Amino acid sequence: MEVPVPKEKWTGSIGEMELGASQEKGGSRHPLRIGGNKGLPFLSFEDPAERTVALAGFVADSLDDVPSPVKEAFGEAVNDPVRWAVAWKDKGADLICLHLTSTNPEEKDVSPEEAAAKVMAVMKAVELPLIVYGSGHPEKDAKVLEKVGEAAKGERLLLGHAEEGGYKSIAAAAMANGHAVIGFSNLDINLAKQIVILLTDYGVGRGDVIIDPLMAALGMGLEYSYSVNERIRISALSGDSMLQVPMICDCVSSWKAREASDDVPHAGDTLERGIWWESTTALAALLSGADILVLGHPASMRIARDAVKGFRGEA
Amino acid sequence: MATAIEIFKHLPKKNCGDCKFPTCLAFAMQLANNKAKLDDCPHLSEAGRSALASSSAPPIRLVKVGSGKNVVDMGDETELYRHDKRFFHPTAFALRIADDLGEDELYKRLSYVRSLHFERVGQVLKLDMLELECRSGNAERFTAFVKRVASETELPLVLRAMDAAVLSAAASIIRERRPLLHGADVTNLKQMCAVAKNCSCPLTVGADDLNALADLVEAAHKEGVEDIVLDPRPSNLKDLLERCTIIRRSAIRKTFRGLGYPIYLSIPAGRDGMLMASTAVMKYGSLLSFEDLPASNAMPLMVLRQNIYTDPQVPIQVKPDLYPVNNPGPDSPLLFTTNFSLTFFTVMSDLEKSKVPAWLQVVDTEGLSVLTAYSAGKLTAESVKNALLATGAMERSKMGALIIPGMVARMAVKLNEATGLQIIVGPKESSGLPKFLRS
Repeated sequence: MEVPVPKEKWTGSIGEMELGASQEKGGSRHPLRIGGNKGLPFLSFEDPAERTVALAGFVADSLDDVPSPVKEAFGEAVNDPVRWAVAWKDKGADLICLHLTSTNPEEKDVSPEEAAAKVMAVMKAVELPLIVYGSGHPEKDAKVLEKVGEAAKGERLLLGHAEEGGYKSIAAAAMANGHAVIGFSNLDINLAKQIVILLTDYGVGRGDVIIDPLMAALGMGLEYSYSVNERIRISALSGDSMLQVPMICDCVSSWKAREASDDVPHAGDTLERGIWWESTTALAALLSGADILVLGHPASMRIARDAVKGFRGEA
Repeated sequence: MATAIEIFKHLPKKNCGDCKFPTCLAFAMQLANNKAKLDDCPHLSEAGRSALASSSAPPIRLVKVGSGKNVVDMGDETELYRHDKRFFHPTAFALRIADDLGEDELYKRLSYVRSLHFERVGQVLKLDMLELECRSGNAERFTAFVKRVASETELPLVLRAMDAAVLSAAASIIRERRPLLHGADVTNLKQMCAVAKNCSCPLTVGADDLNALADLVEAAHKEGVEDIVLDPRPSNLKDLLERCTIIRRSAIRKTFRGLGYPIYLSIPAGRDGMLMASTAVMKYGSLLSFEDLPASNAMPLMVLRQNIYTDPQVPIQVKPDLYPVNNPGPDSPLLFTTNFSLTFFTVMSDLEKSKVPAWLQVVDTEGLSVLTAYSAGKLTAESVKNALLATGAMERSKMGALIIPGMVARMAVKLNEATGLQIIVGPKESSGLPKFLRS
């Protein structure tokens, strides 16, 4: 009996984007292509194009908020973002996600110049594309990302992140220097669309925007993210052009869930459970539409890599 | 499901309103959307009923395994995406136990099953079933084993054997527990269907590709077996995702009856199995049978299932209580928030991040977030006061002050009058808490 293969009739597709500029394009990176899909994740009967998901390794230049299991996995290397990034490269990361948390004026208050020098040092040590965040302090981030943007002109970084309440300075830093920018929104499809509209109205090309709709971790509201992501993807494929941009999902917050890091009676080895906590969050992100995953633990990255290969039928 | 117009043709067209809808056409539209039942119309002719019954049957059959209080419901799903309404019957987890285990091993395995029991946001997370597998090939041994385990557990059971005679012997002694029989395939379909019919038990039907599976299901149906569970036997993650998606979509979108049944999946041990299981929880698996399931894997899987099967219209609520954060004492500050799980988790995680010891009072707002609850009148000075009194919060924190969410700064005066506490307006966003508390 012939079983009908019910393909959804999508009219839209996700825009393609390159991160990291190669030498021919004036940079020094080993570039990555993401996006370009015409169907829901990993359904080859609907979208024969191969799906690329880029896996980013989390690096921070201040360890205050870094989960212990993540620190322990890298040992001494976490004290130096350059060594940490090199370790990620050895562990198979596709790109590096560098948080310049040391620039926070309420903590170490490292200067924008010094932060930019750090970014350049990481870039010198690894040729992977880079995502760069400030410390989450709006006024300081504007200055930090401006300096970083200038110093790495033409390298096509991905700068994080712009949000509704403050996006102009980061957008300017991206536009002036050929970088891409992350548009962040808080668990809501309309807000996700809103930030893309704000950025593009301001002059950022739609091909230079990636959305971050906030990936809530397993047990911490994952179901909201799963559905918001899914709705964003369905709207994009149904023709909503403002949502036809790649999506980034940060899974590192999984380690904040109590069950990911506390001993729980009868719940098995804590580290193993934590790794699966992050990996399960990653898997939900993959199936709901992520194009880039940010991961903290190298074991979670190996699992996510296996998952992507598995969904592509390569394992 | 047929279209509203097709359904309308079979209705009495009296527009009597007895179905609680104003017209027959309105009723037909509700039927077409699965929002009304055929039985709601008392005037339907027999011919009309039989014509409509087949098309109004649920697109995915409801199959029950187990008996009495211990029943697992599978199937009867109506959605492809949980945000369209909800997923109804959470993926059941079964652990496999083979009849070649020694006494000690069996005892350990059963104790392990009992130990996997967690409470989380008011729900119990646990294993739902056991799958008893015949590896000995010996009917007597398998039967004795099934009898033995059945006496030790009330969990619904899956019986797994390749040989219909072996399965029949074991099934007949526990048929009143209504086990799921695993199972029929191209080599034994007739015999297995006979066993299922004799015992009135549901039966899995397995094949390596979907077209062959649909053929076998049709054949089983002709043999008189209706409670069928599909075993699509994916060999890798891609197969699993695509086969489960095609099965669900063809049932829901195309009303293709041939595969309108719940899905069973056999999950291998190790990392590949864990990836398959997580995928199946999100993508339409009804019953997962685990070769092995260490606790460190079981818990994330069970929480994933809890998350995915939450009704999107009914928020998960945490218990209204006084929560200590970072080992607080009498001189630690007191804050409050609502019992909407997402709000609570966010506030809790930001408080922990601050490393400042504090007391967090959770107020029952029926699962609404701060501003929504305030606007809906579910968060009032009175309800906050009652919550503080119920937990004795004002005796635990002796600062004589209450930190309130910045979003509801306007509650300050009334709260001060109601509680006598000094009211301190906190940040609007929970992410501002660490900085706020440290200063």
